[in-house]
Amino acid sequence: MRQYFGRKLLIYGLTFVVAVTVNWMIPRFMPGDPVASMLARARVSQPAAVEAMRAYYTNLFGFDQPIWQQYLNFWGALFQGDFGISIWVFPTPVADVILGAVPYTLALMIPAVLLSYWIGNRLGAFAARRKLLDNTVLPVGYILTAMPYMWLAVILAWGLGVTAGWFPVAGGYSFALQPSWSWSFLVNLLHHWTLPFLSLFLVALGGWAIGMRNMIIYELESDYSNYLAALGAPTRLIRRYAFRNAILPQITGLALQLGVLVAGALVTEIVFSYPGLGSLILKAIQNQDFFLLQGTFMFIVIGVLLANFIIDIVYVIVDPRTRAGMAGAQA
Amino acid sequence: MTTTTTLPAEERVVRREALYFAVRNTKLLIGFGIVLVLLLTGLLGPLLLGGESPNEYVAGPMLPPSGEHWFGTTTFGQDVFTQFVYGLRTTFLAGAMGGGIAAVIAMAIGFVAGYRGGLVDEILNMLTNVVLVIPTLAVLLIINAYLGIRSVGLQALFIGLTSWPWAARAIRAQTFSLRSRDFVDLARLSGVSTRRIITREIAPNMSSYLFMTFILLFGGSILIAASLDFIGLGPTEGVSLGLMLQNATQWSALQLGLWWWFVPPGAAITAVVGALYVANVGLDEVFNPKLRET
Repeated sequence: MRQYFGRKLLIYGLTFVVAVTVNWMIPRFMPGDPVASMLARARVSQPAAVEAMRAYYTNLFGFDQPIWQQYLNFWGALFQGDFGISIWVFPTPVADVILGAVPYTLALMIPAVLLSYWIGNRLGAFAARRKLLDNTVLPVGYILTAMPYMWLAVILAWGLGVTAGWFPVAGGYSFALQPSWSWSFLVNLLHHWTLPFLSLFLVALGGWAIGMRNMIIYELESDYSNYLAALGAPTRLIRRYAFRNAILPQITGLALQLGVLVAGALVTEIVFSYPGLGSLILKAIQNQDFFLLQGTFMFIVIGVLLANFIIDIVYVIVDPRTRAGMAGAQA
Repeated sequence: MTTTTTLPAEERVVRREALYFAVRNTKLLIGFGIVLVLLLTGLLGPLLLGGESPNEYVAGPMLPPSGEHWFGTTTFGQDVFTQFVYGLRTTFLAGAMGGGIAAVIAMAIGFVAGYRGGLVDEILNMLTNVVLVIPTLAVLLIINAYLGIRSVGLQALFIGLTSWPWAARAIRAQTFSLRSRDFVDLARLSGVSTRRIITREIAPNMSSYLFMTFILLFGGSILIAASLDFIGLGPTEGVSLGLMLQNATQWSALQLGLWWWFVPPGAAITAVVGALYVANVGLDEVFNPKLRET
């Protein structure tokens, strides 16, 4: 088990270093001069102001220092939680802007991912080898999983929001309200949360149901299932054993899907102008706020690494073979 | 398992058998049928429409679908059908290039890691795992924002460079199970070079698997490209289905009820990717006798 976690942590550590290095490298080694392009975007005409801004940005990136020093400084700033100053909401530090948005993204993603995972797996396991159900779950599952996240979000916003008028289609809460811990605000929050949650949930659901269905069919064909059936064990029992075996690859699958799920959450938030990281990224891009964009990137990477690690722990709890140091989970 | 070098006759029989089941597999036929229809629309549509630019203002704004404008017009009076047809072309290009590049990288790394084993495998496996954990879209956001991607080709290149890891892992596992087979041992004993063993002995024996991997990478690239376009980091030149969705939401097609603007592009992406997935299941049934329904 120690070896298992050691290997995992090594990979995550390496990934973090690679991500930080990429984040540091891209502005510096891209064709063109980032300072010049930032100045051009600022559209300042007075020469004195341009000079001041150039000095400011050069100093900010630390371009006057040797390259290894710049790299070390970047790491130093990172560990102090210093991601720079946002240009979009000047002069708020990027870290503060992001921390304000993270709760919304998490509140959207965690329930959507867990619920779709839970229900999708149950649904898939239930539909496998049941002719009628299988013939409905499978096509619906394929359509859902093939949908671009933002398209289902747009369709839901149009159908249930604009046309039916049941749900608001923009924002995290009504602009008429101030954030507080009152009931009316929480209900309002929930009301705005429903549609983005639903669209994330539905797209993710299809993939899990299909994956589980295929795994169950595979397990029901294996020797132990046939043996149990030959012994006259009830189908329920055989299916339960099949489910417990089939859930293992699905846990690995959850780790593999994290990146896609994050991407889905980002574009869904953009559709609903939900005040999470997705909307932040859009604002950062529209306002050429690169510090904010890079800060968001670091937060997403850290979040995905943490989630991966949690899934690893769950895997060890669920699969006793990893605890005994036997085969099971591949690194 | 057969090899081309030893048993050509049997190989031919296997091929004919695959074809026999392929033309009788409804999933495969429906899947490829849908993809083909949309592909032809994307390829031939722009030619038939007669070179009119997809972003040109051709009619009154916000017209609902009619005989003249099949998919209606945008808030600015652009023809949605023209955009749709050009967008399909871009989408297929992004899928084919992104998926193709990812497949080539995945095969190179998967074959070498699986066949060589040892230290090479350790290093390549570590590389695969690292790239696997990094959220693809987040990296692409940073790259595209700084580079200011202009062409579909460049966008597809970066998608290909980041989306190969799961495929490399799967190919590595398959190669691993093949490399100790007798025919591979025989080839090694007779002094065949590693490159030749991989291309002649191992790859042909998992060609169906490789093809299915490419299909999944193709679909994945289309979805990633659409997401990037939607966030506003798509190619700045031309039209794509993702860009259409982005424009539709940006110019409040939702609030104005211009459903003909945002329904077709998303439906086309869903149709292409979904049809590819279904065709993939069909292919699986064709190549894997255990899964055939008779």
